[in-house]
Amino acid sequence: MAQEQKQPRKSGEEQETTEVAPETDVAERKEALDDDVDAILDEIDDVLETNAEDFVKSFIQKGGE
Amino acid sequence: MSVRRVMGTEVEYGISVQGVPTANPMVASSQVVNAYASATVRARRARWDFEEESPLRDARGFDMSRQVADPTQLTDEDLGLANVILTNGARLYVDHAHPEYSTPEVVSPLDVVRWDKAGEQVMLDAARLAQQLPGNPSIVLYKNNTDNKGASYGAHENYLMRRSTPFADIVRHLTPFFVSRQVFCGAGRVGRGQDGREQGYQISQRADFFEVEVGLETTLKRPIINTRDEPHADPEKYRRLHVIIGDANLSEISTYLKVGTTALVLAMIEERFISRDLAVDTPVASLRAVSHDPTLQQTITLSDGRRLTGVQLQMEYLDLAKKYVEDRLGADADEQTLDVLARWEDVLDRLERDPMSLADQLDWVAKLKLLEQYRSRDGLDWDDAKLQLIDYQYSDVRPEKGLYHRLVKAGRIQRLLDDADVERAMTEPPEQTRAYFRGRCLEKYAAHVAAASWDSVIFDLPGRESLQRVPTMDPLRGSRAHVGDLIDRCDTAEALVAALTR
Repeated sequence: MAQEQKQPRKSGEEQETTEVAPETDVAERKEALDDDVDAILDEIDDVLETNAEDFVKSFIQKGGE
Repeated sequence: MSVRRVMGTEVEYGISVQGVPTANPMVASSQVVNAYASATVRARRARWDFEEESPLRDARGFDMSRQVADPTQLTDEDLGLANVILTNGARLYVDHAHPEYSTPEVVSPLDVVRWDKAGEQVMLDAARLAQQLPGNPSIVLYKNNTDNKGASYGAHENYLMRRSTPFADIVRHLTPFFVSRQVFCGAGRVGRGQDGREQGYQISQRADFFEVEVGLETTLKRPIINTRDEPHADPEKYRRLHVIIGDANLSEISTYLKVGTTALVLAMIEERFISRDLAVDTPVASLRAVSHDPTLQQTITLSDGRRLTGVQLQMEYLDLAKKYVEDRLGADADEQTLDVLARWEDVLDRLERDPMSLADQLDWVAKLKLLEQYRSRDGLDWDDAKLQLIDYQYSDVRPEKGLYHRLVKAGRIQRLLDDADVERAMTEPPEQTRAYFRGRCLEKYAAHVAAASWDSVIFDLPGRESLQRVPTMDPLRGSRAHVGDLIDRCDTAEALVAALTR
């Protein structure tokens, strides 16, 4: 997408890099962020009790205090 | 005055026996406490001394008759349930159907965090030790406050206050503070209504279980301000403010701010510094409304007609506290008081601008962030069992399973202490209160301590017919400064008692 948009303005090399840089930056950061979220969710997937429905049903406490 | 004050917490843990949903929670709780006691308490086990307990004494000045009291309110009768005092000065016992840990008395918010976190580790060890009992029960403990099916169990705070402060002042100035402080010390909850019948997330575990403004009960018709008045100290001079409205926090910063800000507000009440009337029109309904809006936009109507959000109401208290500390302490303000003020301000500021930026500090935000990530990745509705599971499992005390612990391990939650600090506090008492005397006696003279409680240590000495009761009615006596050398010097309990009664 970014490549196509840049086509008509091939004239200034400098302009091109300044235009592209932030976009790549944001994309990279977003990707890093997504990876980050995926990493923590993967880790938590590994430790979550397996049958959520059964677990929730059987988690019954008596009142206290 | 500052954030320094005699205080502590008492937390009841959720309990389940894996694979045995019908297990009796009282039996399981006793197994947990007894397993820890057997493994750690040397020689004889000191009994809890109930002499000074009076749970039916009301701060407003009358006693509730035992006939009209609900049986669940009677805690002073030794029902034969497990009950042990630890060398760190804490009490580990069974309360109703939960194992409970009361911290020793400490004098600073950071020490509350230290001995409260030590309690989590005690519970973790206790459950692991219980697994070695006959039948190998696999008991899991949760530092939370509700099963989302109608039951709630407490995480109480205690603050020693001057008896001379009128109770009406406490009620007037503390109620709006308690209605709103959940914005930073809520533990977060999936489900609304006591039995979770409505979908959605809310800030507090406990808000939906509070039904009245002021009262003595803790198990039914729970009040925002509890009037139980057992000072465990000279009743002429002190009252113990028993706070039942808080959530059990895993986050060290949440606990630190919870007790630090409360201690500051109590200091302002005692010194009659609060001139503004921040009274809220409908405290119980407001408490719930604030909890039910994690976007923090919900407003509360004050008696003077103003409408403020929970965060804005907290900012009123922060503003007063800053002026108070400046006015009374100025350049002499201690480090922790200034730290509590700075963190309180930073957290309120972030809650106004970008609450999710506190996902590495506050329980309810950390939990919400995780839930939202799951919702967005897996397309889950709020009634999905997986989200409920995440809520419960956030508070699982096991480091390998508890989601709070996984987040800490991944560097996603800030801490105030390190593991070594917390581990030390599992066995060592705080040094500034009578808990030091209690803890050291249990550590050094275990074979001759017959019983102990907040306000006494009772010795059973060889050659003496009767038990020797050493009262510890002043929470600030029996500190290391008072008795450290004496205990170091006395090799036996006889020598200690002789020196104390000379």
